[in-house]
Amino acid sequence: MMSKVSISHVAVLIITAVLLATPAQVQSSEQKGLEIAEERKARDRGWGDSQADASMILRTASGQQIERKMRMKSLEMQDDGDKGLTIFDQPADVKGTAFLNYSHAIEPDDQWMYLPALKRVKRISSRNKSGPFMGSEFAFEDLSSFEVAKYAYKYLRDEKINGMDAFVVEQTPAYEHSGYTKMVVWIDKEHYRAHKVEYYDRKGSLLKTLTMHDYQQYLDKYWRPMKLSMVNNQNGKSTDLITHELTFRTGLDEGDFNQAMLKRAR
Amino acid sequence: MKKSFLALSLLTSLSTLADTQTYLKAAIEQRFYFQDALYEQQHNSDISVFIEPELYYSWNQGTGSINIKPFVRYDSRDDERTHWDLRELVWMQIGDEWEMRAGISKVFWGQTESQHLVDVINQTDFVEAIDGEDKLGQPMVQFSLIKDWGTLSAFALPYFRERTFTGVEGRFRSPLVVDTDNPLYESEDEEKNLDWAVRYFQYFGDVEIGLSYFDGTNREPGFIPQTTEEGLSLRPYYEQMQQTGLDMLAIVGGTLYKLEAIHRKTSQEDFYALTAGFEHTSVGVLNSHYDIGWLMEYQYDERGEQATSLGQNDLMLGSRIVFNDIDGTEVLIAYIQDLDDSSSRSGYVEASSRINNNWKWRLDGWFFSSDTQTEPTYLLRRDDYIQFSLEYYF
Repeated sequence: MMSKVSISHVAVLIITAVLLATPAQVQSSEQKGLEIAEERKARDRGWGDSQADASMILRTASGQQIERKMRMKSLEMQDDGDKGLTIFDQPADVKGTAFLNYSHAIEPDDQWMYLPALKRVKRISSRNKSGPFMGSEFAFEDLSSFEVAKYAYKYLRDEKINGMDAFVVEQTPAYEHSGYTKMVVWIDKEHYRAHKVEYYDRKGSLLKTLTMHDYQQYLDKYWRPMKLSMVNNQNGKSTDLITHELTFRTGLDEGDFNQAMLKRAR
Repeated sequence: MKKSFLALSLLTSLSTLADTQTYLKAAIEQRFYFQDALYEQQHNSDISVFIEPELYYSWNQGTGSINIKPFVRYDSRDDERTHWDLRELVWMQIGDEWEMRAGISKVFWGQTESQHLVDVINQTDFVEAIDGEDKLGQPMVQFSLIKDWGTLSAFALPYFRERTFTGVEGRFRSPLVVDTDNPLYESEDEEKNLDWAVRYFQYFGDVEIGLSYFDGTNREPGFIPQTTEEGLSLRPYYEQMQQTGLDMLAIVGGTLYKLEAIHRKTSQEDFYALTAGFEHTSVGVLNSHYDIGWLMEYQYDERGEQATSLGQNDLMLGSRIVFNDIDGTEVLIAYIQDLDDSSSRSGYVEASSRINNNWKWRLDGWFFSSDTQTEPTYLLRRDDYIQFSLEYYF
């Protein structure tokens, strides 16, 4: 009995050693892509909650420029997409309007909009996550949290980006109603942060390019870009999402992300 | 010494956690009526302005707050439409799983778009707009429990607000003007009758359910003709009522299904009414940035032709087009057909867009048609109008 166990142990050890010695040959590009995604998510786990002051700068192809101001509260959820509450401060006609979102990986998000003039909370049909957020070049799905289950992965190649060694990974949305057929993401090897994303539309052509700038580290662990820059490659419009101030672990809990809270968001 | 230091530091920390926010909405509106007025005192155009400032002050990290929102309108034609109101003057205190409001405030209940049967807390400010979406501030004490099993709210409403009606020179009226200075009440306490209400609301993923009960003065008056020195007029009569309401929303695929149903009991009658329909939104239509929403709602009232509401057996079809542009341009078009009387129909258009961060334009139009004298729409048959507004926000 004893010897049987030790023989099988030895066999497992040998197989493991062989696998470890020759990962490139054995591991498929799908597996490697998934591992990169899992590591990316693992490194970002445990941030808890955050509050941010942010601006969106919307630019048309002709150079017209407009600023939107908002405050965002976020809550990390363990086995689901994150929860978010956004309060708009500018333009003045939407001041006081608030948006509540429960994001989900492969299901439609749950979304509500609070209209202060009517004192009314309206449920939003969110099946199509590809709709633009506040008239910007960001779609709702571009702004929701990164969850491993959202995509199928394929490692493409190694490449340098902004002087850093990076993985280039192709992500195919698992969500049926996504606006994209695929995304190509550049992730640096040191911290597993995304630096650039290319979005391909339903016809397979390049639609938008997102670049991340000015990464800052919070709580000695979590990296956040202070500027997200989205350029629409098809119509020449662009949107910058700029974070002015960001605070983690502010004591928010699920009770801060319900309809009652949405109605009194200020 | 220690105590006063503690008090001082407490005060300082409170004031640093305090927050003041101000809002302002104002507009100038020009109306044109397409047909000559039915009654000689009425006019074929109208210019009007309003201003609505709002001050919000909160303390102790927002757990306590007050909100003040007065409203003033001047109308160049109708003295009754020139009016002011305290939309809000309310103190709110919030805890972990509860909230309390005392003062003058506004509450919205319901899910449907074409009419709001369940929503009975606030009185309609009817001179503001024909759609009945504008409400008068309601004195109330509200207490809500916000729990995992849902939100339960109780309301005590100590003072009743009368509905506003257009005057002699205003449009949207019957041949007889409503004598708003001499209302009649069923309750001996008249406008001081203590009304009360409870509401339960819960969200179960793709389904939302609201249940409500109201006991008090009916916000919708009946009318009693009277003869005075100035001639014939209508005295509004406010009954007591008990209303049970149900509102539901369900999401199936990209479609929102909506339902509102009520049972209302007064000393005169006892009836059911409902609004049911759906809203389906297509995003990025024909590869554009536009969203197009399709709305259909059916309105039913058991009282049939005796119904005080416009929708007793009517169908509303509508379309909302959202341009998703920088200016936030939106257009809503709706058509309402009476299913009992093919000649009775109405329609409206609402369009708006931003000019810059503070200015916005808006276009509203209403169209009414009826050949049947007993239809409420018949009274409005010559009141088709288009209104252009320039709005300022700060």
